[in-house]
Amino acid sequence: MALTVDIRKKLGKFRLDVRFRSTSRRIGILGASGSGKSMTLKCIAGIEQPDEGRIESDGKVFYDSREKTVWKPQKRNIGYLFQNYALFPTMTVEKNIAAGLKGSRQEKEARVREMIQKFRLQGLENHLPGELSGGQQQRTALARILAYRPEMLLLDEPFSALDMHLKDQLERELSEMLEDYPGTVILVSHSRDEVYRFSRELLVLDRGQIAAAGETKELFRNPVSCEAARLTGCKNLTKVRRIDSHTVEAPDWGLTLHLKREVPEWTAWLGYRAHDFIPVWDGQTDEKERNRIPCEPESVAELPFEKNYYIRTKTGGKICWFVQREQLRGMEEKGMPDALAFAEEKILFLK
Amino acid sequence: METMMEILDELDWSPLFISLKTGAAATVVCFFLGIFAARRVVKMSPKKRAVVDGILTLPMVLPPTAAGFFLLLLFSRRRPLGEFLYGQFDLKVVQTWLGCVIAASVIAFPLMYRNARAAMEQIDSNLVCAGRTLGMSEAKIFWTVVLPTAGPGIASGTVLTFARALGEYGATSMLAGNIPGKTGTISQKIAMVIQDGDYLTAGIWVGIVMLIAFLVIVLLNLISGNKMKHIRRW
Repeated sequence: MALTVDIRKKLGKFRLDVRFRSTSRRIGILGASGSGKSMTLKCIAGIEQPDEGRIESDGKVFYDSREKTVWKPQKRNIGYLFQNYALFPTMTVEKNIAAGLKGSRQEKEARVREMIQKFRLQGLENHLPGELSGGQQQRTALARILAYRPEMLLLDEPFSALDMHLKDQLERELSEMLEDYPGTVILVSHSRDEVYRFSRELLVLDRGQIAAAGETKELFRNPVSCEAARLTGCKNLTKVRRIDSHTVEAPDWGLTLHLKREVPEWTAWLGYRAHDFIPVWDGQTDEKERNRIPCEPESVAELPFEKNYYIRTKTGGKICWFVQREQLRGMEEKGMPDALAFAEEKILFLK
Repeated sequence: METMMEILDELDWSPLFISLKTGAAATVVCFFLGIFAARRVVKMSPKKRAVVDGILTLPMVLPPTAAGFFLLLLFSRRRPLGEFLYGQFDLKVVQTWLGCVIAASVIAFPLMYRNARAAMEQIDSNLVCAGRTLGMSEAKIFWTVVLPTAGPGIASGTVLTFARALGEYGATSMLAGNIPGKTGTISQKIAMVIQDGDYLTAGIWVGIVMLIAFLVIVLLNLISGNKMKHIRRW
């Protein structure tokens, strides 16, 4: 199983330039809206055509601008789950599932029955899509796609239009249903939680370009690029100046960090996740004390399970500190901490 | 009241059958041509579409007599097309029932085409894309996904086409003339008896034509209303 994508496409002022190669069975594409992630998916499926480049899967060349190869989507055998599921509104669940099937009537009927069983759609065979709940619609759409045994499955923001509680449920359902699917699955999403849970390998797209790529968990641990850090949920990002191999200055935060770790030479940005600060109650707010900032929140947002503090540094930089419930209990006794310390190993050096 | 009954007894019903036949035939012609044209136009580039759409919609905005003038020029037996049709297929258009159908079709065509096109353009393009990724052929996607989904628009186009074709007057009178029992449609009959000052007969025909139009529309609304359960009421 190997997928090679190397495409360029111009759309007005927007330029898509995506190159990657992956052998993973579960690929995630993370990007903000308008970053070109859906367009990439559509090019792979053949719904859209790139201006130039090459798309190859398992030795089959779907598209090659130099060889003038363009396979129709019908021939590519790629399943595409649309954000709105794109169920045919005039067809019943049964007919929707049978829509793409080839073969004799008996074969089709058997396959439809099998899919209805597998996706727990019994009793809904004769319902129209408009009469189904969101979860039932998603199951029908998946049944319809998997009925004709696609070699690859593309999921285009499958959960973004759903309520929070439904989302969690459908996410779990989807992973369950795809467990025994042998082909490659690509999930496109703007939600870091979704791609983190789902994918083994991750691409981060930013304004039509790949900002970072790699093994998902590793990429979250060490995003390398500033944009990847932002998209993987890093709230505190600041431009830094590397002073020497163990010292780095963050002017916006009015802070110089002295580290045991080596600061890579290419470091241009520094990232620190909002949950990773260590509160300190030792009366030392002195900035000479190393690697900490005074904790003087400018504003607080209260969430069901955590509190978000927004701190403005003397030099005008903004820092977010997210405190979870267990930590909040400690703070009830001791009050606001005097300072927030950086844990060295949690600091992200970014390009 | 007596005279009314007498008139009804003596009434020549041929305009009714000619009108219904013409309306039905023109609706069938427009139904297929209109959907075909709409499908082609939807796929065109915007510039080409603007021009082609202009040509196809012209009969709707043109005075029917102007359309009749062009049709007469086209189908006259002194002209190449008319001569060809007569010589090769023994087909006469001018002053015949065929002329009625052609005139009504040309005038009513834009209604079918425009409604079908609007309905097709409103279809979620993802449906078509989904069909393609599911391996369905373009023809299958069109017949099983696009057309049924565009159903309400196409049904209303059909109703309007029939209503328009049923009452066509201007182009018909020029191309087919008003030959009683042959090309004399209800609208031509009404115009003719009015000229004779026979308001009673005219009134009867007006009543008949109103009743038909009303019944057809109600009937089609009922049929299409049943088939379009997927459209939610709001």
